[in-house]
Amino acid sequence: MKSLAELQAIKNRMKDKVNLRDGLEGIRVVVGMATCGIAAGARPVLNALVEGVNKEGLEGKVSVTQTGCIGLCQYEPIVEVFEAGKEKVTYVKMTPEKAEEVLHTHLKGGQVVGDYTIGAVSA
Amino acid sequence: MKELSLNILDVAENSVKAGATLTQILLTEENTLLTLEIIDDGCGMSEDVVRSVTDPFYTTRETRKVGMGIPLLKLAAEQTEGELTITSVTEEANPEEHGTHVTATFNMDHLDFTPIGDVSSTILTLIQGHPDTDFLFQHTKDGNVVRLDTRELREVLEDVPLNSYDVLEWVGAYLREQYDEFA
Repeated sequence: MKSLAELQAIKNRMKDKVNLRDGLEGIRVVVGMATCGIAAGARPVLNALVEGVNKEGLEGKVSVTQTGCIGLCQYEPIVEVFEAGKEKVTYVKMTPEKAEEVLHTHLKGGQVVGDYTIGAVSA
Repeated sequence: MKELSLNILDVAENSVKAGATLTQILLTEENTLLTLEIIDDGCGMSEDVVRSVTDPFYTTRETRKVGMGIPLLKLAAEQTEGELTITSVTEEANPEEHGTHVTATFNMDHLDFTPIGDVSSTILTLIQGHPDTDFLFQHTKDGNVVRLDTRELREVLEDVPLNSYDVLEWVGAYLREQYDEFA
């Protein structure tokens, strides 16, 4: 059975790491989680990204956050990638599988997955 | 929405946006009746606003005039011959005790009942997105209870953020374990 004692162990393990994350200047990944995004399937996309970032050991480099309606409801689920000094990349009509590909190729490998960007997909 | 858990996620987001420090999500199953309550201590809504939030063409957003969250939950309830009610107290009316209470009832044996779906995933998503606000989740069925109170976790974790991956993983397993006993 999961217990609060286990949580205590997590805390002890994490407390030294917390400070390292402050002032993180890496990649910011934002998932649209308004009614439109949720209805279109944003929840599993978000979860795939959160899990993937951890699995690939990218926590120090990539943060995954949520936002409201981005204004392009017909393209949801939408994932935006922000990186200092680079143009914003908008991925549209995402699925957990596409999110995994973006994670490996873009967030890890630095190559934008052109096929899934808003320029390549029609509504 | 394909699952009620997605409606829950959507409507609970409203509570967070209303500045809630605590959002309670309560699911109670009694025989074939399901009651969902989402209770927050946010800024509340005036009577006029409460009347109009069930109208799909009402929204607080100024960039677009459509807010579909509550109307979709209302539809999901009413299509099972259940109902949706909202009561709210604004911060102005009562600075001590304010907030919004959304109640939706569902007849689970109705043909048009939307399955509850993956509520654990909804709770995880809420914590991931809003690590600084508190959530109390409780799902009761035939005397069995699945429960999570982030205030209790916060007490143990102190300054370790609730959306740290290890913590989310723990929460996911904690909920799953409780659901395994549920059946």
